[in-house]
Amino acid sequence: MSQEIPNENVEVKLLEDRVSVASQRQLIWWRFRRHKVALAGLVVVICFYLAALGGEFLAVSDPTAGRSARAVVPPQPIHLFDEGSFSPHVCAVEGSRDLYTLQKTYEADCTQKIGVRFFAEGFDYKFLGLIPSNRHLIGVSEPEEYKSEEYIFLLGTDVQGRDLYSRIIYGTRSSMTIGLIGVTMSLALGITLGGISGFFGGVLDNVIQRTIEIIRSIPTIPLWMGLAAALPADWSILQLYFAITIIVSLFAWTDLARVVRGRFLAMREEDFVTAALVAGAPWQDIIFRHMVPSFYSHLIASATLAIPFMIISETALSFLGLGLRPPAISWGVLLQATQNVQAIALTPWLMFPAVPVIVAILALNFMGDGLRDAADPYSAVES
Amino acid sequence: MLGYLIRRITYGIVTIFAVSVLSFLIIQLPPGDYVTSYIAALEAQGDDVSAEEAETLRAYFGLGQPPYVQYGKWMYQIAQGNLGLSFQYRVPVTEVIGERMLLTIILALGSVVFVWITAIPIGIFSAVRQYSIQDYIATTLGFIGLAVPDFLLALVMMYLAWDWWGFSIGGLFSQEYAAAPWSLGRVVDLLQHMIIPIIVLGTAGTASLIRITRANLLDELRKPYVVTARAKGMTEWQLILKYPVRLALNPVISLTAYIFPFLVSGSIIVSVVLSLPTLGPVLLRSLLSQDMFLAGAIILLIGVMTVVGTLLSDILLGLVDPRVRLE
Repeated sequence: MSQEIPNENVEVKLLEDRVSVASQRQLIWWRFRRHKVALAGLVVVICFYLAALGGEFLAVSDPTAGRSARAVVPPQPIHLFDEGSFSPHVCAVEGSRDLYTLQKTYEADCTQKIGVRFFAEGFDYKFLGLIPSNRHLIGVSEPEEYKSEEYIFLLGTDVQGRDLYSRIIYGTRSSMTIGLIGVTMSLALGITLGGISGFFGGVLDNVIQRTIEIIRSIPTIPLWMGLAAALPADWSILQLYFAITIIVSLFAWTDLARVVRGRFLAMREEDFVTAALVAGAPWQDIIFRHMVPSFYSHLIASATLAIPFMIISETALSFLGLGLRPPAISWGVLLQATQNVQAIALTPWLMFPAVPVIVAILALNFMGDGLRDAADPYSAVES
Repeated sequence: MLGYLIRRITYGIVTIFAVSVLSFLIIQLPPGDYVTSYIAALEAQGDDVSAEEAETLRAYFGLGQPPYVQYGKWMYQIAQGNLGLSFQYRVPVTEVIGERMLLTIILALGSVVFVWITAIPIGIFSAVRQYSIQDYIATTLGFIGLAVPDFLLALVMMYLAWDWWGFSIGGLFSQEYAAAPWSLGRVVDLLQHMIIPIIVLGTAGTASLIRITRANLLDELRKPYVVTARAKGMTEWQLILKYPVRLALNPVISLTAYIFPFLVSGSIIVSVVLSLPTLGPVLLRSLLSQDMFLAGAIILLIGVMTVVGTLLSDILLGLVDPRVRLE
């Protein structure tokens, strides 16, 4: 019993030693780790980007190949057990047309069971664009007899008979990367203009601040819509993708510029900046080698919080038909199918692409909030 | 106050100028000029346009002259209340957007009112009962409300309304009032239909306002004057409402200026989803059919509307909080 008290003291002492020699990065990580929701957000975000990388592997069927015989099939669950024993399978679907409404209806025929397995063979692709493969996370177990794309519809199919689940997985790529690329562009603009504004002050600061105020008081969606609609109709998917990213980030840099400026104003008076000035360092060096590294954690936090905004913008524009256009696949493009109330009433599963949008946005927000709290690891710990 | 007012109005004018240049740019961006498109549209409908008529039209819009002259002419026409012709509808733009403009303004103002009457009480309650269950619920809901884009919320609402009650919540009027002249019945009908769009639009604003009210009030509640008042035996709610709340509400007013552009922006896309007869669907249709004259005019009008709304809330803030006048 009497042994325990000194032991605890030693542990506290050890912890203190660890804290005092830890690098800033470690301190931030320790602070961030305590924020459980933010940690969960980080995990979800990582999953999303992994899905963006390995989309072909996760997809069940080729997202662009339509099969009119399989149009608007409702979601097909995978049954895990067959008469008490574990054997994952799906029921075969039989399509027929209602003679009065001419709607296509599907019946699950559970007498005909089609086995499902992991790492099954399916359509050919190149993993990460390099390694040729035809293995997919899930697929039918007898690919010679049945085809995955004819029988497995985890989230149903769209009007052209394309598997919605595979399309959502593919859409992750454009939707999530548009956030990253857009934020990079906004960061470049934000650091440069915010930096100039905060570092030099005076007239330049005034001009940039007024510009930011004006941009912020303009309703952005109508302007984006106008600019996006003015993009030439014959542009390729890639050109459109970058054009949309530029349009979105043209209006999104203002928040980042404000953060940078605030930091610069606070830091301009610090000793190490004065020392660099006295030592005759050129201003580019002072900004990029001395000042930016000391607040990059704040920048990362703000940038993380800006990504959801980009994702929403792209989704909104594509949803309206002004952003990415088919055959490009993004969550917004997929949501276009739900623009009218008939679609919502008859094929509600087409609204599934809204789920990843909301989950990704929430996860990025939680993660960004945690990062913002952790960004300054030397501040007093609340709670 | 006068200096503050002049400064604010100057910003407003500069902003309107910036928006007008951008709108003009959008009109100019598509290949070809709009008289050519206009003539093509007329001919497609079986009209004959002679060379002289085309020339008159060109001169009227100042085509062939430098862009700033064209811009000047466009602005001059707008200043006189002439927004040009819509190719698509073949009527003056003013006619297309008259009532829709009004409905857009009503919708935006309605959302501001909704944001205020829901967010302020919830924010106050959340701060006074910090870390209670209600506080956690309000904070969580607020966070989700902030994160979910309004048009997705509109989609989900549409689906739920369809699934639960089996009717469509689109539109702002019932059938019998859609084309009727204004009357008391029509106003009541409009108000009923506006409830869901206003909730959808106001959710994000409400969420951020709850957070800000809560944070500000928490700061105020920790100040010594609150302790003093409490020590002197003032009743709790009287104390809270009389002093800290009043101080905490100033940022709320300035935030309204900040969320107003978002509400107007959001109303555009939400209107498309819920098929509301506001400017949104017309803007989208005009953009999709490259009717740039109409689109440019709408974008300009929305910009002007936002600037006026922001200006009004700035002036309100100046009246309420003398400190901002000296900024």
